[in-house]
Amino acid sequence: MPSWFNELLDAVEAGDAFYLSCADCGASSLPPRDVCPECGSLELSEQELSTTATVETYTPIHVTIPAFSGETPYTVVVAGFDEGVRLTGQFVGDEVEMGDEVRLGVGEHDEGRYLTFEAV
Amino acid sequence: MRVNVAGAYSTKFGKHPESSARELLTDACLGALEDADVSPVEIDGIHVGNFMGELTDDQGHMGVMTADYLGTTGVPATRSESACASSGWAVREAAQAVESGTADVALVAGVEMMHATGIERLTDALANAADNEYENSCGLTFPGIFALIARDYMDEFGVTREELAEVTVKNRANGVDNPIAQYQEGVTVDDVLEARPIAPPVGMLDSCPITDGASAVLLVSPEYADENGLDAPASVVGSGASSASLALQDRDVLSRTRAAERAAERAYEHAGVAPEDVDVAEVHDCFTIAEILAVESLGFFERGEGAYAAVEGETAPDGRIPVNTSGGLIAKGHPVGATGVAQVVELAKQIEGEHPTQVEGAETAVAHNVGGSGASTTVHVLQAEGAGGGS
Ligand SMILES: [Zn+2]
Repeated sequence: MPSWFNELLDAVEAGDAFYLSCADCGASSLPPRDVCPECGSLELSEQELSTTATVETYTPIHVTIPAFSGETPYTVVVAGFDEGVRLTGQFVGDEVEMGDEVRLGVGEHDEGRYLTFEAV
Repeated sequence: MRVNVAGAYSTKFGKHPESSARELLTDACLGALEDADVSPVEIDGIHVGNFMGELTDDQGHMGVMTADYLGTTGVPATRSESACASSGWAVREAAQAVESGTADVALVAGVEMMHATGIERLTDALANAADNEYENSCGLTFPGIFALIARDYMDEFGVTREELAEVTVKNRANGVDNPIAQYQEGVTVDDVLEARPIAPPVGMLDSCPITDGASAVLLVSPEYADENGLDAPASVVGSGASSASLALQDRDVLSRTRAAERAAERAYEHAGVAPEDVDVAEVHDCFTIAEILAVESLGFFERGEGAYAAVEGETAPDGRIPVNTSGGLIAKGHPVGATGVAQVVELAKQIEGEHPTQVEGAETAVAHNVGGSGASTTVHVLQAEGAGGGS
């Protein structure tokens, strides 16, 4: 993984997750952008991101990629934050439903670290 | 725009364990040239769609490879890559080259060899169409992304798995009579529901299969067709393309394909036609949910209504707007880099009146080719000589 992604994971682990906010249009986006995806502005600043989010969709993965070989089935969720961004992560917990509140975290396996959402 | 489709050909789609990308590409190109009755020496531009040759065949640079194997070394040749929309882009670039006068005779081809690669490595290669850091790192797969989209859509509109399955039932029925289709046997809704799960609500039969195959079309200027007495009843009369965020999580509505909506709007405007003018369409049904989003993005159905198109027979061969009379990606197969040009092959046959599942009086046709989870899309409008529009 590139260093920007490791920095994001480090920040999540330290409880300092962040997103980018555009000074010109107010749009929210995710690192490592230099340009606002909504308006093209270069005036982006890092802002604190909530630790919890709401499940907007999910799927249990049965056929996977080599990095997760032998780990199926596991569930991937997309969860939305109040700050206006979504993240994609692996679900940690028994069962997930649409609209559930989940907490952002970091998981690890032999192939490296990844974002997780744990049931709250 | 008016660029004539002088020749069109697809190899059999399915398993080709004894073949290779260069052999299938050559077969498809020679097929299209023979169909056009044009010699390879006439070609003055080659555009090849291929997504992942580096990963499946250790082979890139397929534009040049095609020129070489057709005995046309010296002709400008390139490869287009836009994930599963690679050859839709190749069609667009070739049509623009002919329209601008850069080329009189442009060959478009596409190929993908998928069977020889193991399922996990292939799933990994396909996942390159997604966002490697934000999506693949946590174990999200390509079918998984469409499952995320499907669940969002089903939740918003109260759609069931049975209703999604009707897309597969229709397309598998359409594939029965298509001699190049990978699957030529019908299935039932129960078959789809009981199939092995890949990433629920996406199961094996909600998904296109793994396919080897190649397709090619020869595009020429109307002047060249006239001067050489070519029989070319179908023409490309409009081309649109657009993009959206690489990662699904960054889209304003998860189950809306804005790139396709924009590409369709541009293609219709370019062609001077409206969605109501379209007689037949080939759309990118890599998964059942993808056809539903396609018919909405193309303006055939309102958002939320696309799910009932196949259920109510509106997209059947005798319906209001027949979709995927070829069997689509689900039955015909999806050699990803060949799909965009394969759609044009099928639609040219519809306009010529020679399709195995012919739509009576088909004069205006649309091809919709999607890259990634909807991050890129090309839409092309084809018309018969003398049909309206095509300014
Ligand atoms: Zn902005």
